Amino acid sequence: MIRVQEEDFDLAVEVKALTQGNTRIGGVVTFTGLVRDMADGTTISEMTLEHYPGMTERMLQEIEAEANQRWPLDGSLIIHRYGALKPGDQIVLVITASAHRQAAFEAAEFLIDWLKTKAPFWKREATPKGDQWVAAKTDDDAAAARWYEKPDRT
Amino acid sequence: MKILYFAWLKDRIGIDEEELALPASVNTVGGLIDWLVAKGGGYAAAFEDRAIVRAAVNQDYAEEDARISDGDEVAFFPPVTGG
Repeated sequence: MIRVQEEDFDLAVEVKALTQGNTRIGGVVTFTGLVRDMADGTTISEMTLEHYPGMTERMLQEIEAEANQRWPLDGSLIIHRYGALKPGDQIVLVITASAHRQAAFEAAEFLIDWLKTKAPFWKREATPKGDQWVAAKTDDDAAAARWYEKPDRT
Repeated sequence: MKILYFAWLKDRIGIDEEELALPASVNTVGGLIDWLVAKGGGYAAAFEDRAIVRAAVNQDYAEEDARISDGDEVAFFPPVTGG
């Protein structure tokens, strides 16, 4: 499941909803992204997340489908917020559930890595020097790229 | 054709969306960028560093050689920074 929303989310509620009634699940991995108060030495007072309604949902669905193809998941959820956020606020939630931990850990990492480089969101930070759009990081590209290297089983 | 701009492309062009009638000669994403840049002003500034601008046609990522036609929705934006 994927959700793109302005409202905050509750990790415990989401984990419960995702796992309820499925006793095959042996492990749940969650990743929560928060707004930091500093970026490259600059104080951030507020962050605004812009997105491309429609394409955002499509991309998140594609990424989630890819994770479910690669790993035996019994449940997955991506929630991404948009709008005005403050330092400490939750931005993104990824949950993966599987019979065994390895699939859940790997799939969660994959989901956040691919989401960061493919889902059409843009962060604008309010700083003492004015507003600035956040630039994409090459580290994020590298993190996403490692999932293209599939093990050679031939 | 419906054209959307996001983040700093939107700021530089000054609008987030417009409906444009394109000449028949403009039938690829790259051709559309050339045509917009020729209008000058904010468009030229938005596509100044053209290599980093990303494009989507009908909400799927597209390269400059992707074909476009009248009913399409084309979007231009910087590299994404969500998560």
